[in-house]
Amino acid sequence: MLDDFLIRAMLAGIGVALAAAPLGCFVVWRRMAYFGDATAHAAVLGVALSLAFGVSVFIGALGVALAMALLVSALNGRGLGMDSVLGVLSHSALAVGLVAASFLHGVRIDLMAYLFGDILAVGRADLWVIWGGAALVVALVGWRWSALLMATLNEDLAYAGGINPKREQLVLTLSLAVVVAVAIKVVGVLLIAAMLIIPATAARPLVRSPEMMAIGAAVIGAISAIVGVQASLMFDTPTGPSIVCVAAALFVLGNLAGGLMRR
Amino acid sequence: MPRMPKQRGMNALVETRNMSIRIGGHTALKGVDFSISKGEIVTIIGPNGSGKTTLLRAIIGALKPSSGEVKRQANLSIGYVPQKLHIDPTLPLSVERFLGLPKRRSAETATAALAKAGVQGIQKRPMQRLSGGQFQRVMLARALLEEPQLLILDEPTTGLDQPGAAQFYHQIEEIRRDLGCAVLMVSHELHVVMSASDRVICLNGHVCCHGTPEVVASAPEYRELFGRGTHGALALYRHVHDHDHSECDHEGVDHAG
Repeated sequence: MLDDFLIRAMLAGIGVALAAAPLGCFVVWRRMAYFGDATAHAAVLGVALSLAFGVSVFIGALGVALAMALLVSALNGRGLGMDSVLGVLSHSALAVGLVAASFLHGVRIDLMAYLFGDILAVGRADLWVIWGGAALVVALVGWRWSALLMATLNEDLAYAGGINPKREQLVLTLSLAVVVAVAIKVVGVLLIAAMLIIPATAARPLVRSPEMMAIGAAVIGAISAIVGVQASLMFDTPTGPSIVCVAAALFVLGNLAGGLMRR
Repeated sequence: MPRMPKQRGMNALVETRNMSIRIGGHTALKGVDFSISKGEIVTIIGPNGSGKTTLLRAIIGALKPSSGEVKRQANLSIGYVPQKLHIDPTLPLSVERFLGLPKRRSAETATAALAKAGVQGIQKRPMQRLSGGQFQRVMLARALLEEPQLLILDEPTTGLDQPGAAQFYHQIEEIRRDLGCAVLMVSHELHVVMSASDRVICLNGHVCCHGTPEVVASAPEYRELFGRGTHGALALYRHVHDHDHSECDHEGVDHAG
């Protein structure tokens, strides 16, 4: 079954959707959309570095994404204009990554694959990495779920309940770096934030609890991956963007359905 | 500077010693000695920006002292009701689910806590659709579910009208009696505070004065901050209090300065 590149592509997409769902909810609740972007964009530099030094792209992307996520976390709460700081970091990271990649000869075609994803080229080893990373993120976020919710709700409430919101933030930071690293091959760095935000936001009008929102986001993300892969084959469109297009369509449907439910 | 009596230190739930707190290069609190013991109701009063919330945040461990120390009793359970709680509209959260944070609670336990906090029949409602008064009471209910040894309330009656506020404080006294927990609160409503507290701490970047409501109300530091009119309001409120809080006409005690 895994011999079929189409099946592998769908499984890869579903894996990313499952990991992105619970994390994406926190990204939405905590208004960290730009945070996701900055981390994802930094991964381009990681890709360039790993190609230059012949290391696994997954490891390089993970390392640089983690460094960026930690940097952003450290800057957060220092009273800087977070919005603009994140904008500077996010776009600088992307530009530096692209310039660094241009020094490497013969990777220009590869680069497109990392920017927009190359899900149809996912091999068995990639699948292991993607599902391993997804399992890690789901386990981590699931384990800290209650504490993460408390820290998201209000830092002082968390402290009073014996929860350290800084430590919980670190859980999200680490998970984000892992999701970025495993999602590069599937949707590419430019659209990773879309896989975090769109399914979660699409699920929002349909649910009444945080848990249902995470499950809803996972279902919507998985449907997007399955339909997106098939659509891209049918219409000969780039796969990563096709997946995101389906998610966007589901977002519109979710909001329409939510509006009807409230009547 | 006035110091807290030493003997309180023996069974204090929380104690700060010569604690100073700097926030962004500015000294918010300086040399604060504070303690609260089992079953006490202590109220912090002070003008805006005097460090009241800062003191509460230091006590729950959200702020680290830049000098001095905070000592909490081992395994101290704290119920905290913040002044404001903004819940992002993207977070679907019913009253029931909110009460189950961080630990899940049975429906019966949640209902009982809501009743104790003075509100009923709103378990399924989204938190974002509660009125100000309901929201405060739900936050109180959640704090009670922690079975607190120390209940901390930061201006809990913000957004309540006078009868509502008086009723709320009455409920706090009942809760203290039932649970035997200590209560530490910040309040602006001097007349209510003066009648409902065992001890009052007047804060203005440091502890200006402290003691029983009567001692504080007659302290010169207090009068400098709040004016002389308060003493009259205190007397008037004591009178109103004698009639029990229920449905009293609070006319004439709506200002304290």
